Amino acid sequence: MQSSTATAGVAGVPHRPQVAAHFASLEVQNHAARLGMWLFLATEILLFAGLFVIYANYRFLFPEAFALASRELNLNLGTFNTLLLITSSFTAAMAVHYAKEAKNKQVVVMFVLTILMAMGFLVVKYFEYAHKFHEHQLPGPYYAFPGLTLPGASAYFTIYFLSTGLHAFHVIVGMIVLGWVTLKAMRNEFSAYNYTAVELGSMYWHLVDLVWIFLFPMLYLI
Amino acid sequence: MSPSSSIAAEPGAVPAPDEHHEHHPSYLVDGTTVKSWLLTLDHKRIGVMYLIWVLLFFLIGGIYALIVRLELLTPGPTIIDAMTYNRAFTMHGVVMIFLFMIPAIPGAFGNFMLPLMLGAKDVAFPRLNLLSLYLLLTGAFIAIWGMINGGMDTGWTFYTPYSTHTTTTVAPILFGAFIIGFSSIATGLNFIVTTHTMRAPGITWFKMPLFVWAMYATACIQVLATPVLGLVLLLVVGEHLFHFGIFDPAQGGDPVLFQHLFWFYSHPAVYIMVLPAFGVMSEVVAAFSRKNIFGYRAVAFSSLGIAFVGFFAWGHHMFVSGQSTFNAGVFAVLTMLVGVFTAIKVFNWVGTVYKGAVDFKTPFAYFCGFLYFTVFGGMTGVAFATASLDVPWHDTYFVVAHFHFIMVGATIMAFMAALHYWFPKMFGKMYHEGWGLVSAALIILGFNATFIPQFLLGNAGMPRRYYEYPERFQTLNVASTAGASLLAFGFLISAIYLTYALVYGRRAASNPWRSRGYEWMTESPPPTHNFVGPQPTYSEEPHFYVEPQKAEVPDAV
Repeated sequence: MQSSTATAGVAGVPHRPQVAAHFASLEVQNHAARLGMWLFLATEILLFAGLFVIYANYRFLFPEAFALASRELNLNLGTFNTLLLITSSFTAAMAVHYAKEAKNKQVVVMFVLTILMAMGFLVVKYFEYAHKFHEHQLPGPYYAFPGLTLPGASAYFTIYFLSTGLHAFHVIVGMIVLGWVTLKAMRNEFSAYNYTAVELGSMYWHLVDLVWIFLFPMLYLI
Repeated sequence: MSPSSSIAAEPGAVPAPDEHHEHHPSYLVDGTTVKSWLLTLDHKRIGVMYLIWVLLFFLIGGIYALIVRLELLTPGPTIIDAMTYNRAFTMHGVVMIFLFMIPAIPGAFGNFMLPLMLGAKDVAFPRLNLLSLYLLLTGAFIAIWGMINGGMDTGWTFYTPYSTHTTTTVAPILFGAFIIGFSSIATGLNFIVTTHTMRAPGITWFKMPLFVWAMYATACIQVLATPVLGLVLLLVVGEHLFHFGIFDPAQGGDPVLFQHLFWFYSHPAVYIMVLPAFGVMSEVVAAFSRKNIFGYRAVAFSSLGIAFVGFFAWGHHMFVSGQSTFNAGVFAVLTMLVGVFTAIKVFNWVGTVYKGAVDFKTPFAYFCGFLYFTVFGGMTGVAFATASLDVPWHDTYFVVAHFHFIMVGATIMAFMAALHYWFPKMFGKMYHEGWGLVSAALIILGFNATFIPQFLLGNAGMPRRYYEYPERFQTLNVASTAGASLLAFGFLISAIYLTYALVYGRRAASNPWRSRGYEWMTESPPPTHNFVGPQPTYSEEPHFYVEPQKAEVPDAV
């Protein structure tokens, strides 16, 4: 029978990870989990890639309207949010580092910091959205901003709300995932032999960060 | 004693009693409560549940097809009004594509066979596997609810701007398809990870059965293409509900952009449907020719090749949508590359049969039909890829006949071949061979009788999706409807003798075909964890028949 031979010799470590019956070893199980996560991230990238293509198409059709409309966004808030997300990716990466050393308390601290920065990101986003609503810089037929009446401006704001909205949805999902991993860290579950959940949660968070790193120049800068 | 001999030692012809080893219940009877089925994590039970559901969806799609064919019996209105007709052909397409052809072979046979062929106890993520089934059913029920409450009249391609303005219930049906997409992604992701991590010792990449290679290529497409469809479906639902105008030319939107995004998924999607069919046939042709597959690596790599170029061929759907001539030329050449890879497979299959010892059983009959549909459907595909020929044929019945030949014909042949080839593996019962051959003949003839008239109709200029047509097209339309009836009759016979076999069929031997495919190296039906005792060793490549003429038993070599 196959059995978990990989964890031999680590007796005494609390919360030895469970090897499901159909896996040959813990290494294989972790490899499978990691590979699955990479594939899932690939699907996420393809999802956003569709939006990038839509943006490119309309930017090509309405270059002036898009250039002017992007000036309507608040560059300071956008930059602040970018810095916030990059820092949160750093704390998420630190959580993996601490998990490998079985320092579960530090894992909790790092993930709580990450989640707080994610909340900060959403709060800033809320103020940006509120301002856009106030100015009637809204998608499609709801667009009624007198300052910019070129054709294509409404398409810009459709894409803006679509892509940032989809991204914000991913931020919320990421917060839930990291919150769940934090609960596991509070129960002292992670160690050098069991940190896959921390790693996968952080990978997801890096993706959320990465998508924003593409969205930010696309919407705010160019 | 080699570990495999205790597991798969029964010689094929005799239904061997299980007296030599202690009793291990088969997966079919290990737990008989409803809950033990509905919440099972066993890939075999999930595969069987997939099979039941996709057969039901196939029935629904088939009923829609018959309604369409009956309506087209006469040039004017026959049994339904124009709007019902539009809904019927849309539903035929949606149900057949999203609920039958995409999940059918991967969901039913892929789930069942992939771990067996890799010598694994299960797929890598059994819970995700079960979730994929329920996502499919959730999506299906939302979509079917939408069909009952209003239906959709856009055709399965739901081109904008019509789909964002039609008064029919687009939103629930597209949202259903969106959820089905997640099911497809989950299956694909699971299969890729399983293939990478769950291969038994001895099964190297180039000893994997070709069905696994085909499922792997399919899974790559499912994972990489489906998210784009998901986004497009969400956008169209949003457009339909809120009229953002992203794809609406009246509001500055670009409908051709929709077509690009849609076909970026939906063209590779035809390879999600047909690559599993190629995989099934690579197994069937080797097993029933009693020869190792000719050109193993060529067949394996051509699956990946089709998956790869399949991503760069979508533009051939837009030769008349205002695409530049240069683009059309590039997409035409890339599309023809698919033909090259498919031809590699076809020649290798034929090379496998050559000098084999053909056992003309029902699965092999379907293989013959498959070869015919693939070659002729494929060649019309290469003709279509020629942009100048596509222009007159575009949106005529020639297109309908073409994709029914290559995509549906090939897939149905493979589905039926897989159902017969693996019926004893899955259920431990034997179907009636004579009726199997009769219904295979009826189905193949009926399929030809349905779609050869449609090739002629399209070539004569009859547009697809029209409710009424001129008198001069009636003869061929009647012929096509007659063919569809024959086809339905063939399926009815299959349904009857297979159901009969399930209940009253004689107990099959563990390996009635004396196949040397890896999936036959365990009992049929397999025990819950696939193998009793130690895993079998895989010393030979799959389908290693030393001498085709000698019908050797699997362990004789």
